[in-house]
Amino acid sequence: MIYFDNVSKSYSDGTTALNGVTLSVKQGEFVSIVGHSGAGKTTLVKLLLGEDSATDGSVSFDSVDIQKVKAHDMPKLRRRIGIIFQDFRLLPNKTAYENVAFAMEVAGKTDEEIASDVPHVLELVDLSQKMWNFPRQLSGGELQRVAIARAIVNHPDLIIADEPTGNLDPVNTYEIVQILKKINDMGTTVVLTTHNKGVVEALGKRVITMDHGKIIRDDSTGKYAL
Amino acid sequence: MLWTTLKRIIKAGFVSFWRNGSVSLSAVFVMIVALFMVASTLLITAFLGTALKDLQDKIDINIYVDAKASEASIMDLKKRLETLSEVKKVEYISREQALIAFRARHENDHRIIQALDEIGDNPLPATLTVKAREPSQYEGIANFLSNKSELSSGAALSIVSKVNYNDNKVAIERLSKLITGVKKLGSIITAVMIGISILITFNTIRLAIFIARDEIGVMRLVGGSKEYIRGPFVVEGILYGLVAAFLTLLLFYPITYWLKNTTQVFYGGVDLLHYFVANFAQIFLIIVSSGIALGAISSYLAVRKYLTSK
Repeated sequence: MIYFDNVSKSYSDGTTALNGVTLSVKQGEFVSIVGHSGAGKTTLVKLLLGEDSATDGSVSFDSVDIQKVKAHDMPKLRRRIGIIFQDFRLLPNKTAYENVAFAMEVAGKTDEEIASDVPHVLELVDLSQKMWNFPRQLSGGELQRVAIARAIVNHPDLIIADEPTGNLDPVNTYEIVQILKKINDMGTTVVLTTHNKGVVEALGKRVITMDHGKIIRDDSTGKYAL
Repeated sequence: MLWTTLKRIIKAGFVSFWRNGSVSLSAVFVMIVALFMVASTLLITAFLGTALKDLQDKIDINIYVDAKASEASIMDLKKRLETLSEVKKVEYISREQALIAFRARHENDHRIIQALDEIGDNPLPATLTVKAREPSQYEGIANFLSNKSELSSGAALSIVSKVNYNDNKVAIERLSKLITGVKKLGSIITAVMIGISILITFNTIRLAIFIARDEIGVMRLVGGSKEYIRGPFVVEGILYGLVAAFLTLLLFYPITYWLKNTTQVFYGGVDLLHYFVANFAQIFLIIVSSGIALGAISSYLAVRKYLTSK
Protein backbone atom coordinates (compact mmCIF):
# COMPACT_ATOMS: atom_id res chain seq x y z
CA MET A 1 0.00 0.00 0.00
CA ILE A 2 2.82 2.39 0.91
CA TYR A 3 6.13 2.14 -0.85
CA PHE A 4 9.26 4.22 -0.22
CA ASP A 5 11.81 3.50 -2.92
CA ASN A 6 15.32 4.62 -2.05
CA VAL A 7 14.06 7.95 -0.76
CA SER A 8 16.43 10.73 0.28
CA LYS A 9 15.63 14.18 1.50
CA SER A 10 18.12 16.95 2.06
CA TYR A 11 17.48 20.60 2.82
CA SER A 12 19.14 23.65 1.34
CA ASP A 13 21.19 24.16 4.52
CA GLY A 14 22.89 20.81 3.87
CA THR A 15 21.11 18.68 6.48
CA THR A 16 20.00 15.25 5.36
CA ALA A 17 16.71 14.15 6.86
CA LEU A 18 16.38 10.87 4.96
CA ASN A 19 19.11 8.86 3.34
CA GLY A 20 18.17 6.07 0.93
CA VAL A 21 15.07 4.83 2.76
CA THR A 22 13.29 1.86 1.24
CA LEU A 23 10.27 0.38 2.98
CA SER A 24 6.84 -0.96 2.23
CA VAL A 25 3.68 -1.18 4.31
CA LYS A 26 0.92 -3.64 3.45
CA GLN A 27 -2.82 -3.04 3.66
CA GLY A 28 -4.07 -3.63 7.21
CA GLU A 29 -0.65 -3.45 8.87
CA PHE A 30 0.12 -1.57 12.08
CA VAL A 31 3.62 -0.14 11.77
CA SER A 32 5.42 1.83 14.45
CA ILE A 33 8.32 3.98 13.34
CA VAL A 34 10.63 4.76 16.22
CA GLY A 35 13.75 6.83 16.58
CA HIS A 36 15.28 9.79 18.37
CA SER A 37 14.30 13.35 17.51
CA GLY A 38 15.80 14.17 14.13
CA ALA A 39 15.90 10.53 13.02
CA GLY A 40 13.64 11.37 10.06
CA LYS A 41 10.24 10.11 11.30
CA THR A 42 8.34 13.34 10.68
CA THR A 43 10.00 13.83 7.28
CA LEU A 44 8.71 10.39 6.33
CA VAL A 45 5.18 11.45 7.31
CA LYS A 46 5.48 14.76 5.43
CA LEU A 47 6.51 12.98 2.25
CA LEU A 48 3.61 10.57 2.59
CA LEU A 49 1.17 13.49 2.94
CA GLY A 50 2.70 15.34 0.00
CA GLU A 51 3.56 18.26 2.29
CA ASP A 52 7.16 18.00 1.18
CA SER A 53 8.87 16.33 -1.75
CA ALA A 54 11.84 13.92 -1.81
CA THR A 55 15.19 14.98 -3.21
CA ASP A 56 15.67 11.49 -4.58
CA GLY A 57 13.60 8.32 -4.95
CA SER A 58 9.82 7.95 -5.02
CA VAL A 59 6.99 7.63 -2.51
CA SER A 60 3.84 5.81 -3.59
CA PHE A 61 0.48 5.32 -1.98
CA ASP A 62 -1.69 2.64 -3.60
CA SER A 63 0.60 2.67 -6.66
CA VAL A 64 0.22 6.44 -7.04
CA ASP A 65 3.47 8.39 -7.04
CA ILE A 66 2.68 11.11 -4.51
CA GLN A 67 5.22 13.52 -5.94
CA LYS A 68 3.52 13.40 -9.32
CA VAL A 69 0.07 14.15 -7.94
CA LYS A 70 -1.05 17.56 -9.16
CA ALA A 71 -1.88 20.27 -6.60
CA HIS A 72 -5.50 20.12 -7.71
CA ASP A 73 -5.78 16.38 -6.94
CA MET A 74 -3.89 16.51 -3.63
CA PRO A 75 -7.00 17.12 -1.46
CA LYS A 76 -8.60 13.94 -2.87
CA LEU A 77 -5.55 11.90 -1.90
CA ARG A 78 -5.44 13.42 1.58
CA ARG A 79 -9.08 12.53 2.18
CA ARG A 80 -8.01 8.88 1.97
CA ILE A 81 -5.52 9.42 4.78
CA GLY A 82 -6.49 10.25 8.35
CA ILE A 83 -3.84 12.22 10.18
CA ILE A 84 -3.25 12.66 13.90
CA PHE A 85 -0.59 15.07 15.23
CA GLN A 86 1.24 15.45 18.51
CA ASP A 87 -0.10 19.02 18.85
CA PHE A 88 -3.65 17.93 17.85
CA ARG A 89 -4.06 20.70 15.24
CA LEU A 90 -7.76 21.21 15.72
CA LEU A 91 -9.48 24.30 14.34
CA PRO A 92 -9.68 26.53 17.44
CA ASN A 93 -12.88 28.34 16.49
CA LYS A 94 -14.85 25.21 15.77
CA THR A 95 -16.45 22.90 18.33
CA ALA A 96 -15.45 19.24 18.61
CA TYR A 97 -18.48 18.37 16.47
CA GLU A 98 -17.61 21.00 13.83
CA ASN A 99 -13.97 19.89 13.69
CA VAL A 100 -15.03 16.35 12.86
CA ALA A 101 -17.80 17.57 10.54
CA PHE A 102 -15.28 19.73 8.65
CA ALA A 103 -13.42 16.63 7.47
CA MET A 104 -16.70 15.23 6.15
CA GLU A 105 -17.70 18.54 4.54
CA VAL A 106 -14.47 18.79 2.54
CA ALA A 107 -15.02 15.19 1.42
CA GLY A 108 -18.38 16.27 0.00
CA LYS A 109 -20.58 14.29 2.39
CA THR A 110 -24.25 15.25 2.67
CA ASP A 111 -25.72 17.05 5.68
CA GLU A 112 -27.64 13.88 6.59
CA GLU A 113 -24.48 11.75 6.57
CA ILE A 114 -22.69 14.34 8.71
CA ALA A 115 -25.55 14.51 11.19
CA SER A 116 -25.54 10.75 11.65
CA ASP A 117 -21.80 9.93 11.47
CA VAL A 118 -20.26 12.70 13.58
CA PRO A 119 -22.12 11.91 16.84
CA HIS A 120 -21.45 8.24 16.24
CA VAL A 121 -17.70 8.64 15.81
CA LEU A 122 -17.49 11.02 18.78
CA GLU A 123 -19.26 8.37 20.82
CA LEU A 124 -16.62 5.84 19.70
CA VAL A 125 -13.89 8.03 21.22
CA ASP A 126 -16.09 8.64 24.27
CA LEU A 127 -16.70 12.34 23.69
CA SER A 128 -20.48 12.46 23.32
CA GLN A 129 -20.76 14.68 26.34
CA LYS A 130 -18.31 17.27 25.01
CA MET A 131 -19.46 17.43 21.43
CA TRP A 132 -20.22 21.15 21.57
CA ASN A 133 -17.11 22.18 23.46
CA PHE A 134 -14.43 24.28 21.79
CA PRO A 135 -10.83 22.94 21.80
CA ARG A 136 -9.87 25.44 24.52
CA GLN A 137 -12.44 23.79 26.80
CA LEU A 138 -10.96 20.28 26.38
CA SER A 139 -8.03 18.47 28.03
CA GLY A 140 -5.04 17.10 26.09
CA GLY A 141 -6.45 13.56 26.00
CA GLU A 142 -9.84 14.83 24.85
CA LEU A 143 -8.25 16.98 22.14
CA GLN A 144 -6.39 13.97 20.80
CA ARG A 145 -9.57 11.93 20.81
CA VAL A 146 -11.31 14.63 18.75
CA ALA A 147 -8.35 14.50 16.35
CA ILE A 148 -8.73 10.73 16.10
CA ALA A 149 -12.46 11.07 15.48
CA ARG A 150 -11.69 13.57 12.72
CA ALA A 151 -9.11 11.21 11.23
CA ILE A 152 -11.38 8.18 11.11
CA VAL A 153 -14.73 9.73 10.26
CA ASN A 154 -14.25 9.40 6.50
CA HIS A 155 -13.21 5.73 6.80
CA PRO A 156 -9.72 6.36 5.42
CA ASP A 157 -7.48 3.65 3.98
CA LEU A 158 -4.59 4.82 6.12
CA ILE A 159 -4.17 6.50 9.50
CA ILE A 160 -0.93 8.34 10.14
CA ALA A 161 -0.35 9.16 13.80
CA ASP A 162 2.69 11.42 14.19
CA GLU A 163 3.75 11.12 17.85
CA PRO A 164 0.12 11.23 19.01
CA THR A 165 0.98 10.52 22.62
CA GLY A 166 3.88 12.99 22.89
CA ASN A 167 1.82 15.52 24.87
CA LEU A 168 -0.20 13.07 26.94
CA ASP A 169 0.05 11.46 30.37
CA PRO A 170 0.33 7.64 30.67
CA VAL A 171 -3.40 7.07 31.18
CA ASN A 172 -4.35 9.07 28.08
CA THR A 173 -1.47 7.52 26.15
CA TYR A 174 -2.84 4.06 26.91
CA GLU A 175 -6.35 5.06 25.84
CA ILE A 176 -5.15 6.57 22.56
CA VAL A 177 -3.09 3.49 21.73
CA GLN A 178 -6.08 1.26 22.46
CA ILE A 179 -8.23 3.33 20.10
CA LEU A 180 -5.59 3.09 17.35
CA LYS A 181 -5.38 -0.64 17.88
CA LYS A 182 -9.15 -0.92 17.58
CA ILE A 183 -9.07 1.07 14.33
CA ASN A 184 -6.41 -1.29 13.00
CA ASP A 185 -8.42 -4.31 14.08
CA MET A 186 -11.25 -3.02 11.91
CA GLY A 187 -8.91 -3.20 8.90
CA THR A 188 -7.42 0.27 8.58
CA THR A 189 -3.67 0.53 8.01
CA VAL A 190 -1.96 2.51 10.81
CA VAL A 191 1.46 4.16 10.69
CA LEU A 192 2.51 5.41 14.10
CA THR A 193 5.64 7.41 14.81
CA THR A 194 6.70 7.54 18.42
CA HIS A 195 9.63 7.47 20.81
CA ASN A 196 7.59 6.02 23.62
CA LYS A 197 9.07 2.64 24.47
CA GLY A 198 6.04 1.54 26.48
CA VAL A 199 3.67 2.16 23.58
CA VAL A 200 5.73 0.14 21.12
CA GLU A 201 6.19 -2.81 23.42
CA ALA A 202 2.54 -2.89 24.47
CA LEU A 203 1.50 -3.07 20.83
CA GLY A 204 3.68 -6.01 19.85
CA LYS A 205 3.40 -5.09 16.14
CA ARG A 206 5.93 -4.32 13.40
CA VAL A 207 8.57 -1.77 14.41
CA ILE A 208 10.85 0.19 12.07
CA THR A 209 13.76 1.85 13.83
CA MET A 210 15.34 4.91 12.28
CA ASP A 211 18.53 6.76 13.03
CA HIS A 212 20.11 9.69 11.21
CA GLY A 213 17.75 9.36 8.27
CA LYS A 214 18.29 5.64 7.76
CA ILE A 215 16.34 2.51 8.65
CA ILE A 216 18.52 0.55 11.04
CA ARG A 217 16.04 -2.19 12.02
CA ASP A 218 12.76 -3.56 10.75
CA ASP A 219 11.23 -6.16 13.12
CA SER A 220 7.92 -7.84 12.43
CA THR A 221 6.98 -8.08 16.11
CA GLY A 222 9.52 -5.69 17.28
CA LYS A 223 10.77 -4.09 20.40
CA TYR A 224 12.00 -0.64 21.10
CA ALA A 225 15.67 -1.12 20.25
CA LEU A 226 17.19 2.30 20.98
CA MET B 1 -23.68 19.63 -4.28
CA LEU B 2 -22.56 23.04 -5.49
CA TRP B 3 -25.38 24.65 -3.61
CA THR B 4 -24.56 22.68 -0.44
CA THR B 5 -20.89 23.69 -0.73
CA LEU B 6 -21.82 27.33 -1.27
CA LYS B 7 -24.20 27.21 1.70
CA ARG B 8 -21.46 25.69 3.90
CA ILE B 9 -18.89 28.28 2.79
CA ILE B 10 -21.25 31.18 3.51
CA LYS B 11 -22.25 29.72 6.87
CA ALA B 12 -18.60 29.12 7.83
CA GLY B 13 -17.78 32.73 6.89
CA PHE B 14 -20.57 34.10 9.08
CA VAL B 15 -19.68 31.82 12.02
CA SER B 16 -16.01 32.73 11.77
CA PHE B 17 -16.85 36.45 11.57
CA TRP B 18 -18.88 36.13 14.75
CA ARG B 19 -16.49 33.87 16.69
CA ASN B 20 -13.37 35.86 15.81
CA GLY B 21 -15.11 38.87 17.31
CA SER B 22 -12.08 40.96 18.22
CA VAL B 23 -10.28 40.37 14.92
CA SER B 24 -13.49 41.14 13.01
CA LEU B 25 -14.05 44.29 15.03
CA SER B 26 -10.57 45.65 14.36
CA ALA B 27 -10.81 44.79 10.66
CA VAL B 28 -14.19 46.55 10.48
CA PHE B 29 -12.82 49.65 12.24
CA VAL B 30 -9.87 49.91 9.89
CA MET B 31 -12.17 49.46 6.93
CA ILE B 32 -14.45 52.21 8.25
CA VAL B 33 -11.44 54.55 8.22
CA ALA B 34 -10.60 53.46 4.65
CA LEU B 35 -14.16 53.77 3.37
CA PHE B 36 -14.59 57.05 5.21
CA MET B 37 -11.59 58.37 3.32
CA VAL B 38 -13.04 57.20 0.02
CA ALA B 39 -16.49 58.57 0.80
CA SER B 40 -15.33 61.96 2.03
CA THR B 41 -12.98 62.42 -0.90
CA LEU B 42 -15.75 61.55 -3.35
CA LEU B 43 -18.23 63.75 -1.54
CA ILE B 44 -15.90 66.72 -1.32
CA THR B 45 -14.79 66.37 -4.94
CA ALA B 46 -18.38 66.11 -6.11
CA PHE B 47 -19.40 69.02 -3.94
CA LEU B 48 -16.46 71.07 -5.18
CA GLY B 49 -17.52 70.18 -8.70
CA THR B 50 -20.99 71.62 -8.19
CA ALA B 51 -19.59 74.64 -6.38
CA LEU B 52 -17.22 75.28 -9.29
CA LYS B 53 -20.05 74.79 -11.76
CA ASP B 54 -22.11 77.38 -9.88
CA LEU B 55 -19.16 79.70 -9.99
CA GLN B 56 -18.66 78.99 -13.66
CA ASP B 57 -22.30 79.81 -14.31
CA LYS B 58 -21.79 83.20 -12.70
CA ILE B 59 -19.19 84.16 -15.30
CA ASP B 60 -20.61 85.95 -18.30
CA ILE B 61 -19.94 88.78 -20.72
CA ASN B 62 -22.31 91.69 -20.85
CA ILE B 63 -22.71 93.46 -24.15
CA TYR B 64 -24.17 96.91 -23.63
CA VAL B 65 -26.10 97.95 -26.70
CA ASP B 66 -26.31 101.48 -28.00
CA ALA B 67 -29.50 103.19 -26.78
CA LYS B 68 -30.50 104.06 -30.34
CA ALA B 69 -30.27 100.49 -31.61
CA SER B 70 -33.50 98.95 -32.82
CA GLU B 71 -34.90 95.80 -31.28
CA ALA B 72 -34.47 94.03 -34.61
CA SER B 73 -30.78 94.78 -34.88
CA ILE B 74 -30.26 93.64 -31.30
CA MET B 75 -32.05 90.38 -32.12
CA ASP B 76 -29.89 90.02 -35.19
CA LEU B 77 -26.75 90.34 -33.06
CA LYS B 78 -28.22 87.86 -30.58
CA LYS B 79 -28.80 85.35 -33.37
CA ARG B 80 -25.29 85.81 -34.72
CA LEU B 81 -23.86 85.25 -31.27
CA GLU B 82 -25.89 82.11 -30.84
CA THR B 83 -24.35 80.63 -33.98
CA LEU B 84 -20.90 80.67 -32.33
CA SER B 85 -19.92 77.22 -31.11
CA GLU B 86 -18.44 78.62 -27.90
CA VAL B 87 -21.70 80.29 -26.89
CA LYS B 88 -23.99 78.37 -24.59
CA LYS B 89 -26.68 80.94 -24.03
CA VAL B 90 -27.44 84.56 -24.90
CA GLU B 91 -29.93 86.42 -22.79
CA TYR B 92 -31.47 89.69 -23.86
CA ILE B 93 -32.33 92.23 -21.21
CA SER B 94 -34.22 95.17 -22.65
CA ARG B 95 -33.81 98.69 -21.29
CA GLU B 96 -37.15 98.42 -19.46
CA GLN B 97 -36.25 95.10 -17.85
CA ALA B 98 -32.87 96.51 -16.84
CA LEU B 99 -34.59 99.45 -15.20
CA ILE B 100 -37.03 97.24 -13.29
CA ALA B 101 -34.17 95.03 -12.10
CA PHE B 102 -32.14 98.06 -11.12
CA ARG B 103 -34.99 99.53 -9.13
CA ALA B 104 -35.61 96.24 -7.39
CA ARG B 105 -31.94 95.87 -6.53
CA HIS B 106 -31.74 99.36 -5.04
CA GLU B 107 -35.20 99.65 -3.51
CA ASN B 108 -33.73 100.35 -0.10
CA ASP B 109 -31.29 102.95 -1.36
CA HIS B 110 -33.30 106.14 -1.50
CA ARG B 111 -30.54 108.28 -2.90
CA ILE B 112 -30.09 106.16 -5.99
CA ILE B 113 -33.81 105.84 -6.60
CA GLN B 114 -34.11 109.58 -6.12
CA ALA B 115 -31.31 110.24 -8.58
CA LEU B 116 -32.94 107.89 -11.06
CA ASP B 117 -36.25 109.72 -10.71
CA GLU B 118 -34.52 113.06 -11.24
CA ILE B 119 -33.04 111.93 -14.53
CA GLY B 120 -36.53 111.07 -15.69
CA ASP B 121 -35.43 109.14 -18.73
CA ASN B 122 -34.22 105.51 -18.58
CA PRO B 123 -30.41 105.81 -18.49
CA LEU B 124 -29.77 102.07 -18.67
CA PRO B 125 -28.73 100.42 -21.92
CA ALA B 126 -30.14 97.17 -23.22
CA THR B 127 -27.83 94.24 -22.52
CA LEU B 128 -27.00 90.91 -24.09
CA THR B 129 -25.62 88.53 -21.49
CA VAL B 130 -23.46 85.86 -23.09
CA LYS B 131 -22.52 82.62 -21.36
CA ALA B 132 -19.80 80.44 -22.83
CA ARG B 133 -19.68 76.66 -22.54
CA GLU B 134 -16.24 76.79 -20.88
CA PRO B 135 -14.63 79.73 -19.04
CA SER B 136 -11.67 79.56 -21.39
CA GLN B 137 -13.91 80.32 -24.36
CA TYR B 138 -14.70 83.89 -23.34
CA GLU B 139 -11.59 85.10 -25.06
CA GLY B 140 -12.90 83.83 -28.42
CA ILE B 141 -16.26 85.45 -27.89
CA ALA B 142 -14.55 88.69 -26.90
CA ASN B 143 -12.48 88.49 -30.09
CA PHE B 144 -15.64 88.12 -32.13
CA LEU B 145 -17.10 91.13 -30.46
CA SER B 146 -14.02 93.23 -30.88
CA ASN B 147 -14.19 92.58 -34.61
CA LYS B 148 -11.07 90.44 -34.72
CA SER B 149 -12.84 87.38 -35.96
CA GLU B 150 -13.71 86.59 -39.56
CA LEU B 151 -17.27 85.82 -38.55
CA SER B 152 -17.89 89.28 -37.17
CA SER B 153 -18.88 91.31 -40.17
CA GLY B 154 -19.07 94.98 -39.24
CA ALA B 155 -22.74 95.91 -39.58
CA ALA B 156 -24.15 93.89 -36.72
CA LEU B 157 -21.45 95.03 -34.33
CA SER B 158 -21.96 98.72 -34.87
CA ILE B 159 -24.69 98.74 -32.22
CA VAL B 160 -22.32 97.50 -29.49
CA SER B 161 -21.37 100.33 -27.21
CA LYS B 162 -19.38 98.46 -24.59
CA VAL B 163 -18.28 94.92 -23.78
CA ASN B 164 -17.25 94.28 -20.19
CA TYR B 165 -14.92 91.37 -20.98
CA ASN B 166 -11.74 93.36 -20.71
CA ASP B 167 -12.76 94.73 -17.29
CA ASN B 168 -13.21 91.19 -16.04
CA LYS B 169 -10.56 89.51 -18.16
CA VAL B 170 -8.08 88.91 -15.36
CA ALA B 171 -10.75 87.59 -13.01
CA ILE B 172 -12.21 85.27 -15.67
CA GLU B 173 -8.81 83.90 -16.60
CA ARG B 174 -7.84 83.36 -13.01
CA LEU B 175 -11.10 81.65 -12.26
CA SER B 176 -10.84 79.35 -15.27
CA LYS B 177 -7.30 78.40 -14.26
CA LEU B 178 -8.47 77.80 -10.70
CA ILE B 179 -11.31 75.59 -11.90
CA THR B 180 -9.04 73.39 -14.03
CA GLY B 181 -6.48 73.26 -11.22
CA VAL B 182 -9.01 72.25 -8.60
CA LYS B 183 -10.47 69.57 -10.90
CA LYS B 184 -7.03 68.10 -11.55
CA LEU B 185 -6.04 68.24 -7.87
CA GLY B 186 -9.38 66.65 -6.94
CA SER B 187 -8.82 63.64 -9.15
CA ILE B 188 -5.23 63.21 -7.92
CA ILE B 189 -6.35 63.37 -4.28
CA THR B 190 -9.18 60.91 -5.00
CA ALA B 191 -6.76 58.46 -6.61
CA VAL B 192 -4.25 58.76 -3.75
CA MET B 193 -6.95 58.34 -1.09
CA ILE B 194 -8.40 55.29 -2.83
CA GLY B 195 -4.88 53.84 -3.14
CA ILE B 196 -4.17 54.41 0.56
CA SER B 197 -7.46 52.85 1.63
CA ILE B 198 -6.82 49.78 -0.51
CA LEU B 199 -3.39 49.37 1.11
CA ILE B 200 -4.73 49.84 4.65
CA THR B 201 -7.53 47.33 4.12
CA PHE B 202 -5.32 44.80 2.41
CA ASN B 203 -2.76 44.91 5.20
CA THR B 204 -5.36 44.59 7.94
CA ILE B 205 -7.01 41.60 6.32
CA ARG B 206 -3.61 40.09 5.64
CA LEU B 207 -2.86 40.32 9.36
CA ALA B 208 -6.22 38.77 10.24
CA ILE B 209 -5.51 35.86 7.91
CA PHE B 210 -1.90 35.58 9.10
CA ILE B 211 -3.37 34.73 12.51
CA ALA B 212 -5.28 31.88 10.87
CA ARG B 213 -2.40 30.51 8.80
CA ASP B 214 -2.05 27.38 10.96
CA GLU B 215 -5.74 26.68 10.55
CA ILE B 216 -5.34 26.95 6.79
CA GLY B 217 -2.55 24.36 7.01
CA VAL B 218 -4.76 22.01 9.02
CA MET B 219 -7.65 22.42 6.58
CA ARG B 220 -5.36 21.44 3.73
CA LEU B 221 -4.07 18.35 5.53
CA VAL B 222 -7.61 17.26 6.29
CA GLY B 223 -8.25 17.36 2.55
CA GLY B 224 -9.89 20.73 2.01
CA SER B 225 -9.70 22.00 -1.56
CA LYS B 226 -8.29 25.48 -2.15
CA GLU B 227 -11.69 26.89 -3.02
CA TYR B 228 -13.31 25.37 0.04
CA ILE B 229 -10.62 26.79 2.34
CA ARG B 230 -10.56 30.20 0.69
CA GLY B 231 -14.34 30.61 0.48
CA PRO B 232 -15.13 31.37 4.13
CA PHE B 233 -12.27 33.89 4.33
CA VAL B 234 -13.64 35.71 1.30
CA VAL B 235 -17.13 35.68 2.84
CA GLU B 236 -15.61 37.07 6.04
CA GLY B 237 -13.86 39.80 4.04
CA ILE B 238 -17.15 40.69 2.35
CA LEU B 239 -18.78 40.90 5.77
CA TYR B 240 -16.04 43.23 7.05
CA GLY B 241 -16.70 45.42 4.01
CA LEU B 242 -20.49 45.34 4.34
CA VAL B 243 -20.56 46.14 8.05
CA ALA B 244 -17.92 48.85 7.61
CA ALA B 245 -19.83 50.37 4.69
CA PHE B 246 -23.09 50.57 6.64
CA LEU B 247 -21.36 52.08 9.67
CA THR B 248 -19.55 54.59 7.44
CA LEU B 249 -22.83 55.68 5.86
CA LEU B 250 -24.40 55.91 9.29
CA LEU B 251 -21.54 58.11 10.50
CA PHE B 252 -21.77 60.40 7.52
CA TYR B 253 -25.20 61.77 8.34
CA PRO B 254 -24.32 63.38 11.71
CA ILE B 255 -20.91 64.49 10.43
CA THR B 256 -22.24 66.29 7.36
CA TYR B 257 -25.00 67.76 9.55
CA TRP B 258 -22.41 69.06 12.00
CA LEU B 259 -20.25 70.36 9.16
CA LYS B 260 -23.19 72.25 7.72
CA ASN B 261 -23.93 73.99 11.01
CA THR B 262 -20.36 74.84 11.89
CA THR B 263 -19.57 76.22 8.45
CA GLN B 264 -22.73 78.31 8.36
CA VAL B 265 -20.57 81.39 8.99
CA PHE B 266 -19.17 81.07 5.48
CA TYR B 267 -21.15 82.14 2.52
CA GLY B 268 -24.10 79.75 2.54
CA GLY B 269 -22.22 77.11 4.54
CA VAL B 270 -20.72 73.94 3.11
CA ASP B 271 -23.91 72.00 2.60
CA LEU B 272 -22.49 68.51 2.25
CA LEU B 273 -25.53 67.21 4.12
CA HIS B 274 -27.82 68.26 1.29
CA TYR B 275 -25.44 66.74 -1.21
CA PHE B 276 -25.20 63.54 0.85
CA VAL B 277 -28.97 63.17 1.18
CA ALA B 278 -29.67 64.11 -2.44
CA ASN B 279 -27.15 61.63 -3.82
CA PHE B 280 -27.63 58.97 -1.15
CA ALA B 281 -28.46 56.13 -3.51
CA GLN B 282 -25.35 56.73 -5.56
CA ILE B 283 -23.10 57.17 -2.49
CA PHE B 284 -24.65 54.07 -0.90
CA LEU B 285 -23.88 52.00 -3.99
CA ILE B 286 -20.31 53.29 -4.27
CA ILE B 287 -19.48 52.75 -0.59
CA VAL B 288 -21.15 49.36 -0.22
CA SER B 289 -19.66 47.99 -3.43
CA SER B 290 -16.21 49.41 -2.56
CA GLY B 291 -16.48 47.76 0.86
CA ILE B 292 -17.47 44.41 -0.61
CA ALA B 293 -14.83 44.54 -3.36
CA LEU B 294 -12.07 45.67 -0.96
CA GLY B 295 -12.90 42.95 1.58
CA ALA B 296 -13.32 40.15 -0.94
CA ILE B 297 -10.25 40.92 -3.05
CA SER B 298 -8.02 41.52 -0.01
CA SER B 299 -9.08 38.22 1.57
CA TYR B 300 -8.70 36.34 -1.69
CA LEU B 301 -5.15 37.62 -2.17
CA ALA B 302 -4.16 37.20 1.48
CA VAL B 303 -5.26 33.54 1.62
CA ARG B 304 -3.64 32.77 -1.71
CA LYS B 305 -0.25 33.17 -0.07
CA TYR B 306 -0.92 30.15 2.16
CA LEU B 307 -2.40 28.05 -0.61
CA THR B 308 0.40 28.18 -3.15
CA SER B 309 2.18 24.96 -2.17
CA LYS B 310 0.68 21.49 -2.63
